Amino acid sequence: MVKERNLSEEFQEAPPRVSEWKRFWRVFFQRRIVIFGLVILAIFILTAIFADWLAPHDPYRGILKDSLQQPNSTYWLGTDIQGRDTLSRLIFGARTALAVGFITTGVAAFAGITLGLMAGYFGGIVNMVIMRIMDALMGFPLLLLALLLAAVLGSGIQNVIIALAVAMVPGYARVMHGLTLSIRENDYILAETAMGASASRTMLGHILPNALAPMIVLGTMQLGTLILAEAGLSFLGIGITPPGAAWGAMVNDGYRYLRSNPVLSFAPGLAIMIVVFAFQLVGDGLRDALDPRLRGLL
Amino acid sequence: MTTYIIRRLILALIVILIVTLIVFFVIRLLPGDPLIIFLGQQAQQGGITQEELEYLREEYGLNDPIMIQYLHWMGGIFRGDLGTSIYYHENVGVLMAERFPVTLHLGALALIFSNIFGIGLGMLAAIRHGKWIDTVSTVIAYIGVTIFTPWLGILMIYLFGLQLGWLPIAGYISPFDDFWLSAQKVVMPVICLGIGGLAGSARIMRSSMLEIIRQDYIRTAWSKGLRERTVILRHCLKNSLIPIVTLAGISVGIIFGGSVLIETVFAIPGLGRLLVTSIFAQDYVVIQSGTLVIAVIIILTNLLVDISYGWLDPRIRYG
Repeated sequence: MVKERNLSEEFQEAPPRVSEWKRFWRVFFQRRIVIFGLVILAIFILTAIFADWLAPHDPYRGILKDSLQQPNSTYWLGTDIQGRDTLSRLIFGARTALAVGFITTGVAAFAGITLGLMAGYFGGIVNMVIMRIMDALMGFPLLLLALLLAAVLGSGIQNVIIALAVAMVPGYARVMHGLTLSIRENDYILAETAMGASASRTMLGHILPNALAPMIVLGTMQLGTLILAEAGLSFLGIGITPPGAAWGAMVNDGYRYLRSNPVLSFAPGLAIMIVVFAFQLVGDGLRDALDPRLRGLL
Repeated sequence: MTTYIIRRLILALIVILIVTLIVFFVIRLLPGDPLIIFLGQQAQQGGITQEELEYLREEYGLNDPIMIQYLHWMGGIFRGDLGTSIYYHENVGVLMAERFPVTLHLGALALIFSNIFGIGLGMLAAIRHGKWIDTVSTVIAYIGVTIFTPWLGILMIYLFGLQLGWLPIAGYISPFDDFWLSAQKVVMPVICLGIGGLAGSARIMRSSMLEIIRQDYIRTAWSKGLRERTVILRHCLKNSLIPIVTLAGISVGIIFGGSVLIETVFAIPGLGRLLVTSIFAQDYVVIQSGTLVIAVIIILTNLLVDISYGWLDPRIRYG
């Protein structure tokens, strides 16, 4: 990198020092569209946390005589075949989506970052073994791999989380591997090694902090993908055990009554789209705010 | 370049080998016994004795050690024998030969749809940067990545199928049997399968085109007095297309992954539907061969993309 630098650039005056945090705050909150995404996410998270208080009816036990009601003053979004309130199920579905989204991202990011870091730092046979397995996992479409694993593990939300996490690991590992390779070439890593720092100290103390920003952006972007994948699994009937509420399963359940009660299917699908959209907006905002290449431009 | 291709080819083969191991051993972990489901079918026809059960276990090779089963399966693949489905009582090759063309038909159309519209939209957005078409393109790109595709399918079924009655709501028919009906039936599934790829190409095309448009040689083209059409199509388009090629591998993955959901929504007898049915029926043989075929296609597509990337862009030289 140093060799390629233009001579004229070296004599340029250094830009005034700006606190990274201040710059991040300014760029991130500057755009109204990002704020909009954050507001949606805040509503989504609060809905999931306070689902018990917010839901007007019992989401699991319906009143059979109220089966398949059209939206009215009692049931704002109507009821399903078992007489369960759609709005209440939608609110409890937010809890499922949130739990699956955040826990899976945490698990997948942790495993992926560890594997990518090790592969990139140690190189050689470690790199070969880890990255070829990641390549192999990448060969499967995300949904198909998750479907396969979820079928092996059986139903239940914790198994959906494990299945999706395994399916997401290669993405994190690959990005982390690339980042490690480029960060490792820096002079400060050489200095650290020369001073006799251990491998774990170099990896955790120097490489990881420098790779954190792009990983956070990736995680935010992946949250949306995950919510879509979870919806896909529950749409196919894998994951949540019957009385539980999941948006994907609700879309499929409502599909059967599309002619008479289209809202049953429309409402949960719209919820998925709004939440994924919000994650996408915030992810884009984070990316622009954390991208060092845009320093000075934004 | 040749060394590079050979190296990539060897790597791809290693990855495919790992894929076979993953597929095979993960599926062996499936709880339950595929024969139990088979027996469920038999019970309605008067039950089955213990000896017959043992015979069937032997017949399907379920008693062999797991490594032998793996080698047996791999050996079969090299002879072109993908095994016999326990659930359908049919050769997997035959099952796939019936369903694969359906998925391929829809997938190829989806790929064409997503690229034509994605590239067009991205190009327009870049040329009219900051104008209304740019906004529309950005919105479509956002919708494409955030929409739950089965839901999009259901919305279209409701609007175009049930309310307006313009399109048939489900099913599939080969274009060789009835071209017009087939065309009507594939419209909605193809849109669902292609929308994600469309959003991706539009986004990449827009940013790639915006970068190219500021290059010196484009200014030269303008100053020579060339018409807008020539500048855009001859000089910009060709060079902006390179990053789109990288997307092909991802798009193929999206389409195959999506086919699992979309074929369920539209009741299409394709590979995706077959895999879902087999997973629920714990039909080892179909799942392992089906996923293997899809994974191999995706890995080979990515290999082609990597190779063609170096070929399309002479600036990239591989050792």
